[in-house]
Amino acid sequence: MFYREAGDYKTSYQDDGQTFPIKFDRYRYYFVLFVAFAMVPFLINDYWVNAIFLPFLIYSIAAIGLNILVGYCGQVSLGTGGFMAVGAYACYKFMTGLDIWIGGVQYALPPINIFFSVILAGLVTAVVGVLFGLPSLRIKGFYLAVATLAAQFFLVWLFNKWSWAYNYSASGQINAPEREIFGVAITGPSTEAWATYLFCLVIAALCAIVARNLTRGASGRKWMAIRDMDIAAEIIGVNPLKAKLSAFAVSSFYIGIAGALFFAVYLGAVEVGEAFGIQKSFIVLFMVIIGGLGSIFGSFAGAAFLVLLPVLLKLMLADSTDEISGFSSAMSWVFLVAFAAAVVMLVINIIRTRSLIAGSGVGWIFASIAAFMAYALTIGGMGWPTDIVAHLQLVIVGALIIIFLIAEPHGLAQLWRVAKEKLRLWPFPH
Amino acid sequence: MNDMSTDGYTTADGRKIGGTLMEMKNITLSFGGVKAITDISFDIKEGEIRAIIGPNGAGKSSMLNVISGFYIPQQGEVWYQGAKRPQMRPYEVARQGIARTFQNIALFDGMSVLDNVMTGRLNHMTTGLFAQGLWKGKAEAEEVANREKAEKIIDFLEIQAIRKTPVARLPYGLKKRVELARALAAEPSLLLLDEPMAGMNVEEKEDMSRFILDVNDEFGTTIALIEHDMGVVMDLSDRVVVMDYGKKIGDGTPDEVRNNQDVIDAYLGVSHD
Repeated sequence: MFYREAGDYKTSYQDDGQTFPIKFDRYRYYFVLFVAFAMVPFLINDYWVNAIFLPFLIYSIAAIGLNILVGYCGQVSLGTGGFMAVGAYACYKFMTGLDIWIGGVQYALPPINIFFSVILAGLVTAVVGVLFGLPSLRIKGFYLAVATLAAQFFLVWLFNKWSWAYNYSASGQINAPEREIFGVAITGPSTEAWATYLFCLVIAALCAIVARNLTRGASGRKWMAIRDMDIAAEIIGVNPLKAKLSAFAVSSFYIGIAGALFFAVYLGAVEVGEAFGIQKSFIVLFMVIIGGLGSIFGSFAGAAFLVLLPVLLKLMLADSTDEISGFSSAMSWVFLVAFAAAVVMLVINIIRTRSLIAGSGVGWIFASIAAFMAYALTIGGMGWPTDIVAHLQLVIVGALIIIFLIAEPHGLAQLWRVAKEKLRLWPFPH
Repeated sequence: MNDMSTDGYTTADGRKIGGTLMEMKNITLSFGGVKAITDISFDIKEGEIRAIIGPNGAGKSSMLNVISGFYIPQQGEVWYQGAKRPQMRPYEVARQGIARTFQNIALFDGMSVLDNVMTGRLNHMTTGLFAQGLWKGKAEAEEVANREKAEKIIDFLEIQAIRKTPVARLPYGLKKRVELARALAAEPSLLLLDEPMAGMNVEEKEDMSRFILDVNDEFGTTIALIEHDMGVVMDLSDRVVVMDYGKKIGDGTPDEVRNNQDVIDAYLGVSHD
């Protein structure tokens, strides 16, 4: 009832092929765009931008990129961190003025506008991505994952050793100088929250729209055909070489843009091993898995989830408004016991029914978690030690990945789809 | 190319069959020491329905794989549309206008029926990545034009009702039909069907036979098919190649083949005394 397609007749293939064929979806999409572009910039401050919005937008771009490769084309990659580093360093070189040494003489380009630096950084990363994508023509699955892992370590090593890449700075770091668009600072120390946010939002929105256009058309079908059955794809005329390499190129283009923004707009200063290490590859891969393989919306959902989770956990568990009262710590024990009981029930049910889904206590677990969250947020944080919270975050992310892989391999995007299906009829049974 | 201009003929039901579309000349294919195909020659004429039959392991599917470019024969030549075909990758063969279906269905499980059929149109879609990213304009126009073609095939095979269904959810018989739709969407000049009726019940077989005849009739598509159901083969096909142990043991109209002593021996067995 709340989500209807009744009376929404399509009279042309053009209408039928649009991104949001259902009116309700379309209006919601316009509404989200309106809020993001016209309302959020007036409401946010530095904390919100740096803690949530910038990492969310930048990781979304990276996740869309990786999703094109892993989710749409079926080629596993663990090189995301390395490719982000390529984007960051390329952007750095372009925004500080690319220099070339020929015969002992240095020729330098003038610094390029930050927007075009970011785009050019994406293009450079696309070329690098294609180079490291070449093994995909011969190897698949785990073996390809290991080959891309080599890219990850090689690229981080390269940017540590290659002093040209960091303009021979003594620290080996790269620092983003102040750069402006229309007179408004986008990078550097004196930026304003709304400016950096809008800059990343525009790029993220463009990236998402282009990714959607690519994946709903001929390219997307080529990629998905390769993913689902490469032999059959070849027999209908898909050139596997071109299809795979184009997926690597587009994917790396996105990841390079994300790396450039991550360095220039978000962090401002980068040491390659720290910012773009192997953990970055995994985080983006987790975003894609939790969000949903083969879904643009899923990329956003996964990025939002993994960016929000630490913030939420910190708000709920670590922060505390005043001294922890005896009542609050007692309550945390109550919830812990409830949660443990729910887990035990779930395990017993799984063993008894020999099924992961049938009659299990998943609902109870969700209920106890939800109750705990509500309680923790209302009292303004449980005041637990921060290191415990940090570890708990790892536990939760790990558990969620296992749960998603088993119960819902298509991630949050699929849960969202199922919810919409249910909402079509709700609250009526038929 | 004199040898390619072999004249056509008129079938028993009065259809005019054109000149030679494809000719296999002395094809030999072996895997290590195993000879899958030994020195086989036959031709496929424009507009006809050509069947390849034979007991299990006779080399029929290998033959189809040679035609579609999966296997490269050690000896022999493939002539197509009047020219000798150089060694080609399967996707290049597809671009020459040869489409096929598989014995065990090879659909793209993660995609809807419509998307699967649309993949058959990929060879007709040439817009570059950049224009596709922009979508509005060239890419959209091309998408709509090809969607129209795909929808015609969907109508033709009567799968309109399931066009938005993910193929993984479809029953076997419908999957076979979707696979045929995907092959037809490419508008092939030669359609290869590897056991299109395997595992079907009588009604499904009747449906599929009707579709095959309709395709041949309406689009004029030349069809080469492998099939085990002799009743179907004899009813559908204009000419039949019979293979056994990688060798050709018979070639001709269904009636000729039916009365060929070698063929009878191969199918019914012969006493070696």
